[in-house]
Amino acid sequence: MKKSVFLGALTVAGLAAGVAGAATLDDVKARGALNCGVTTGLVGFAAPDANGNWDGFDVGVCRAVAAAVLGDPMAVNFVPTTGQTRFTALASGEIDLLARNTTWTFSRDVDLKFEFVGINYYDGQGFMVPKSLGVSSAKELDGATVCIQTGTTTELNLADFFRVNNISYEPVPIETNAEAQQQYLAGACDVYTTDASGLAATRASFENPGDHVVLPEIISKEPLGPLVRHGDPEWGDIARWTLNALIAAEELGITSANIEELSAGTNNPEINRILGTEGELGAMLGLDAEWAKRAIMAGGNYGELFEKTIGENTPIGLARGLNAQWTDGGLLYTPPFR
Amino acid sequence: MANTTETAFVRKEMLGAKEPPLTETGIVKWARENLFSGWLNSILTVLSILFVYWVLAHILPWMLGGIWDASSLTECRAIRDEIYGPDASVACWAVLTERWNQLLFGFYPSEAYWRPVLALVLFGVAVTPVLFSGIPRVFYALTAVAPFICYWLLWGGTIWGPIFVALGFVLGWIAFGVVSKAAGSLAGTIAAIIVPVLYWLFLDAPITGALGAAMPIGLEYIPSKDFGGFMLAFIIGITGIILSLPLGVLLALGRQSDLFIINKTSVIFIEVIRGVPLIVWLFTASLLLNYFLPPGTNFDLMLRVIIMVTLFAAAYMAEVIRGGLAALPKGQYEGADSLGLDYWQSMRLIILPQALKISIPGIVNTFIGLFKDTTLVVFIGLLDPIGLSNAIRATTDWNGVYWELFIFIGLLFFICCFSMSRYSQFLERKLRTDHR
Amino acid sequence: MTTLTDPPKESFRLSQLIYDTRYRSLTIQVVAMFLLVLALSWLVSNTIQNLAALGKDFDFGFLTNVAGYDINQRLIEYDSTSTHGRAALVGILNTLLVAFLGCILATVIGVIAGVLRLSKNWIIARLMTVYVEGFRNVPLLLWIIVIFAVMTESTPSPRDFREGGSASMMLFDSIAVSNRGVYVPAPIWAEGSAIVVAVFLLSLVGIFLFRRFARARQEATGQILPVGWVALGLFFGPALIAFFLMGRPISLEYPELGGFNFTGGIQLRNSLIALWLALSLYTGAFIAENVRGGILAVSKGQTEAAFALGLRPNRTMSLVILPQALRVIIPPLISQYLNLTKNSSLAIAVGYMDVRSTLGGITINQTGRELEGMLLLGLFYLITSLVISGVMNIYNNSVKLKER
Repeated sequence: MKKSVFLGALTVAGLAAGVAGAATLDDVKARGALNCGVTTGLVGFAAPDANGNWDGFDVGVCRAVAAAVLGDPMAVNFVPTTGQTRFTALASGEIDLLARNTTWTFSRDVDLKFEFVGINYYDGQGFMVPKSLGVSSAKELDGATVCIQTGTTTELNLADFFRVNNISYEPVPIETNAEAQQQYLAGACDVYTTDASGLAATRASFENPGDHVVLPEIISKEPLGPLVRHGDPEWGDIARWTLNALIAAEELGITSANIEELSAGTNNPEINRILGTEGELGAMLGLDAEWAKRAIMAGGNYGELFEKTIGENTPIGLARGLNAQWTDGGLLYTPPFR
Repeated sequence: MANTTETAFVRKEMLGAKEPPLTETGIVKWARENLFSGWLNSILTVLSILFVYWVLAHILPWMLGGIWDASSLTECRAIRDEIYGPDASVACWAVLTERWNQLLFGFYPSEAYWRPVLALVLFGVAVTPVLFSGIPRVFYALTAVAPFICYWLLWGGTIWGPIFVALGFVLGWIAFGVVSKAAGSLAGTIAAIIVPVLYWLFLDAPITGALGAAMPIGLEYIPSKDFGGFMLAFIIGITGIILSLPLGVLLALGRQSDLFIINKTSVIFIEVIRGVPLIVWLFTASLLLNYFLPPGTNFDLMLRVIIMVTLFAAAYMAEVIRGGLAALPKGQYEGADSLGLDYWQSMRLIILPQALKISIPGIVNTFIGLFKDTTLVVFIGLLDPIGLSNAIRATTDWNGVYWELFIFIGLLFFICCFSMSRYSQFLERKLRTDHR
Repeated sequence: MTTLTDPPKESFRLSQLIYDTRYRSLTIQVVAMFLLVLALSWLVSNTIQNLAALGKDFDFGFLTNVAGYDINQRLIEYDSTSTHGRAALVGILNTLLVAFLGCILATVIGVIAGVLRLSKNWIIARLMTVYVEGFRNVPLLLWIIVIFAVMTESTPSPRDFREGGSASMMLFDSIAVSNRGVYVPAPIWAEGSAIVVAVFLLSLVGIFLFRRFARARQEATGQILPVGWVALGLFFGPALIAFFLMGRPISLEYPELGGFNFTGGIQLRNSLIALWLALSLYTGAFIAENVRGGILAVSKGQTEAAFALGLRPNRTMSLVILPQALRVIIPPLISQYLNLTKNSSLAIAVGYMDVRSTLGGITINQTGRELEGMLLLGLFYLITSLVISGVMNIYNNSVKLKER
């Protein structure tokens, strides 16, 4: 009763109110939009353009899930979250899915009670230094001043790395990437450390990118992936298999260009199952048969999404590296669709 | 008699005043008196002039040489290399020409920009009767309906929603009039609270729904996630102040009350809120409010922030109003008592109108403080101007732009706050003369 | 003689609870208390239910777990293997440090700017107006970020101090101003330094006592003793004598450029200086307005009377105007100090590790204990505010005009 009183008052206020129940899928369908948590802005992964449309690699995951569930990749409410607010936003039901370059760690999975549905980007923490410093390895950084972004796993990895190697350092914690860049360029710190993807993006924005080098050491494993709340396995499955569909689509050669043609039916049963022309995979998830087709059409398969947002032809210019398909020597290996 | 023409020389016209010496006139005199009146002053003057020159020499070329027309920072740099050579340092204002609308309105649809602008104008008109004397009382009616119209303009949706919510207040007023005549003012007050609440709970939504279906008059609904930039700062600041006003009045009265429990509750509330920084309250809104509400309740961050900001402002408002109450001469309280008015009557008719009037400068100052503090919402992920500046830098086009955005934001804040503080100073001067 | 009859026994009626003023206040309080308890228990029961639903408990045990992150500025021993509780303590000390330094500097800036704003020198008065209005009308967060960035951009980086670099150290190579902070020599305490320090403290007490003596004498006889010179002599003399008698036990360790950074000496980090400056300049602008208001509140006759007595303008200000203005200035000054302390929670914008960034930031983030963490954080700020306002109120009562 009290809940309905409160909600009644809120509906009077006319502001968006929702109840986070156990069945996230029903909530999303009833709302007609997916509430997706993203960063307040990270180059290549999520940022609003001049018209206010969000774009980026993490955003692509949100759009794919929205397309799979609701049939419309634009039916997403992007909720910008900071490093500090993201988990509470997810735990409280404010968002249905968090796609905010979040590292999959034991304590987040177990202690904070979230469910990581997969890995959409294999990252690792690296170091960038000015070339003029003449440093070729992170182990030479004894006594250096290091700029780090707070609110992430970065500061923990850094403390561990320097302790293991028994060298000293001076941490300069910085709240936003923009400040960190400014500090680094002014020489207030010798080293800038964050995820390798972030380093590449930052370096690309410099006037003279050639004056800076990214050191070879990668000091941590940063498997970044979308996550959902514990306690709703059905919804977790939808997010997991949407991501898997994007990866499998690349492996099987389904692209946004040939998807219409392929969905007419092929002689590859796995493609048929993904695209819904064979089997009942969609119904098992509680969705219709064409869910995966829509997800892939939203932003292309994994490879297309990568190339469009952070790949080598963008200013960020990330190579596929670990994020190549397992057939190409990478780590992307999706369980079979059957 | 006839000899009058024989009088000695008499000057017929006066000589014009002599020019004062060159050192005692015009700019020289002014400079001597105001700039070089002693050796210490002369040194200070010279130092100040050098300082101003040094600052301007560093900033002006950078600002005036700025590039206004480019689509990305890289393009800006290319243009700069072409015009000034690669070593020059000039501003890239192009980021503002491309993104100014986002800094002002967030992601609000551009074809609907007239709505917040109109709402702001309406708000301005609605507060004039409160802020300036000598405006016909008819305008108070506008002040009463403005919040509903502003709400409707900003969020859109069917027009029947705000109308029928407003109707609740009218119902409450009617109930108060009818019941208090029949069964005393206490029963009237209770009725004035219960009737509208019952109405909002059970009648409002169906009526609005039915009318909305029958006569769909309205504007396009815009969810609050699209709000951002200065518009967000204004909305949080203004709603915070307006909603905190009644709460602040109650708290101020509570703090003056003789009733032990009410007094202590008010004191504790005010001191706890004022003793803890706003940023901690904002984190509470963002991280903890969901814990305190019934399981499963969930509503958007902006509303949570507005609730928290309202509570925060209410504590400050209570102190401002308490100052106003304390500044009233004791005779006013005694006069009200001697007329036989009861507590609420004396407050409503005698004390509060005067106390609120002399508190207006303080209220405006509280508003300025609150308006500036809205920048803190960036720490909980709302896209206020500073939050948007981060988001803009996160696009590949503008990654690396730094000062230009801060200068724009700072300038806009300065213009808003400075004009408001000028107004409050004007009001203070006016009120001071009234009392002397 | 007088007949005392019992008053007629009134039968108590229920309606008296509402209509009788003797009972009404009681009724209102009971109802208010009831509603209050109801509201609080509602909140608490919601919280318990929500915590249970999320599978969390309410436990401060996380404070004894290993923190795992480093803090650059620490006033007590701390490394990444220390506990979260200790990290919070480091943060608390950092907050108190910047708040304390900020209050002092803000007062100095505020008084100077407030007085100068009333100066007859046109350009000085205008400059001060620009300063006051500029800082009062732009959000503090912006100023913190801007001052931090300006400091980093305008000072040389340690690399420039190398051979052939563009920067050099100041004051016989003892102080280095770089964009990572200011490095100053650090004292090294050898045996016997305790005596020097004790002598120095004693001479401070001596200065204080001498000033009181001089003042009492001036009020009694009108004779003015040379307080300034004697104080100066007392300040340096005994301590220096003790220093040389003990065989120079205190030496200085100069900062030196080694590796990536300066080593040795004491580093005042840029984040501390930027935050300190920003808080002081911002609060100083508000204090300047209070000071100006206080000075203007002293009636003009006081100034004229002081001039008539032959006092110079600066002595008029310090002996006649400021002591009287102080009574008007101090109450708003207290709330400015409180504001400054609370505003120090914006430290995270420049990466200064105050209690908001350690306990309320990284710790909450790593442990997921937002309820407990925010509670402790709020409690710390609340206690600090109450202590500051308590102390300042005692001071205020001591300078307040005693009305008899």
